[in-house]
Amino acid sequence: MAARSGINAKPSLWVTAIGSIIVVVFFSFPYALMLLSSLKTREEITKIPPDYLPSIPQFSNYLTVWSSDVVAPAGSLLATVVISLGATLLVLLIATPAAYYVARFRFPGRLVFLFLVLITQMLQPTVLAVGLYQEFSQWRGHLVWGALILINGAFNLSFAVWIMQAFFATVPKEVDEAALIDGAGRLQAMFLVSLPLVWPGIVTAIVFVFVNTWNEFAAAFVLVQDTSLQPLTVSMPRFLGMYVRDWQYLFMVATVAIVPVVILFALIEKRLVGGLTAGAVK
Amino acid sequence: MANTAATAPAASGPTPVPGRATKARTTSRRGETLAALPWLAPTLLLIAGVVIYPTILMFWTAFRKYNSYGIESGPAGLGNFIGPAGAFTFPTVPWAAIWTNTVVWVVVVVILTLVTSLGLAQFLNREFRGRKLLRMIIILPWASSVVMTTTVFNYGLQRDVGLFNRMLVDTGILQTARGFTKDPTSAFWVAVFVAIYVSIPFTTYTILAGLQGVPRDILEAAHMDGASAGQRYWQIVFPLLRPAIAAAALINIINVFNSLPILKILDETPGFNTGHTTTTLIFAYKAVLGPGVASALSIVNFAFCLVVIAAYLAIVKPANEVQ
Repeated sequence: MAARSGINAKPSLWVTAIGSIIVVVFFSFPYALMLLSSLKTREEITKIPPDYLPSIPQFSNYLTVWSSDVVAPAGSLLATVVISLGATLLVLLIATPAAYYVARFRFPGRLVFLFLVLITQMLQPTVLAVGLYQEFSQWRGHLVWGALILINGAFNLSFAVWIMQAFFATVPKEVDEAALIDGAGRLQAMFLVSLPLVWPGIVTAIVFVFVNTWNEFAAAFVLVQDTSLQPLTVSMPRFLGMYVRDWQYLFMVATVAIVPVVILFALIEKRLVGGLTAGAVK
Repeated sequence: MANTAATAPAASGPTPVPGRATKARTTSRRGETLAALPWLAPTLLLIAGVVIYPTILMFWTAFRKYNSYGIESGPAGLGNFIGPAGAFTFPTVPWAAIWTNTVVWVVVVVILTLVTSLGLAQFLNREFRGRKLLRMIIILPWASSVVMTTTVFNYGLQRDVGLFNRMLVDTGILQTARGFTKDPTSAFWVAVFVAIYVSIPFTTYTILAGLQGVPRDILEAAHMDGASAGQRYWQIVFPLLRPAIAAAALINIINVFNSLPILKILDETPGFNTGHTTTTLIFAYKAVLGPGVASALSIVNFAFCLVVIAAYLAIVKPANEVQ
């Protein structure tokens, strides 16, 4: 083949190789440190100056941490899982009918509704934290998880509504109408006919809400006072400042906390931008 | 995929679907909105209860007096804003530094994020083996909790046990290890770095999406006409990227402005120090001066967010294709 030039020129191998190495190192070095630190012993993690690698990787940390009463990550992990699943389920239940309807019908107020939903996505819990505290500070005990489910649900609705309405709009109306003629109700038509056809949009919405809630900090930070009920994002950073120096456990928990969400995010990466910019950039 | 999805309804025009057309035509416009309500009501209720109500509550709180236990005791007038213990007049708060920090924080983080992401997106837009893998790797800081990422930086930058500190000394960049997080100024600049670090993935993805929309035949034609690579980028690619850059910039402005965990975890100096932005100060106020003063400051932040959202709606026109 003749040497190509101009915009079809093959990128130089050296530039590509060096560029790739820089990108890989730059975007993984904190996570490499996290992983290495999670495999050190308590003596190694507090050694001055520190060693780069653990002498013998302590995979047992991943088992012993659960019985460590200082870090005690089980309760926090449960809080994070319950709140994330709850918010995801809530969003799915209430965003699906809304997304279906705005994709199927034009009605006065439709754009106002879409804009309102979009504004909630840009307004984050952080700027309303004091108002949210005033509203929910009496929700004590496990109820506080309920408050966080509502808050994370509300602030992640927008992404779900926008991405799902875009997918519902691709389903030909005739598909629904056939079901309606056969005597199905509108709700049945949505659940039984349209929903199975838009599953990529639903998976995208589920993953996005789940990951965002999993990582949420500000609302959980102001609302959950009881340390045994705090999700991971609030409970873990506390240990860095404490006199207890079982930091290998901290990084072990951090590693466990990021691996699932990174995998989930990688599954939907192609559709993230469209949802986050409400279709403005695809 | 979302592309074809979003443009589909535009073609169908402003009337309801044919199956309901006859019925819909006879009912009033108000009837159409009422018919939509059951489908939208759960969403509207949640927004009313968890977004609009706390906003109103925050405004009310800003004008009420609270004791140190957070118990309300009557109207405060503007006391929470400019009183002796007001948000903007409390004696030990270094306001000059905090305003500067807030502006520097948003401007520096957003600009450096955009510049880095423009370059990175250009690199990832080339065709070479393994670029899909690279796209996966840059997701790491995006999907990971900002709290966890920041915590690693905090640990790595500790003077005695921090591995990043040892690396900086081993490579000769630093003479001796430094307690970056113990001083508000150096903690602030480390936070700027971390904020850029976690903002790059979303921004790069958005610009990459914009690059997909640059037609190759136009670039080809420009090349035939003798345009250099630089000319092609600045006169063809960059103007076409403007919507993507605008969307990424405005979303980043609001995210960075509202960022709490990075500064909170990295700045280990207690109290109203010179490392705060107005966002982190809200939380310091809430802990020390109570909800009234914290709400007063929140209102200023809230107003700024509204301005950015208005700019987003006006410039990016997100709902354009569903109209």
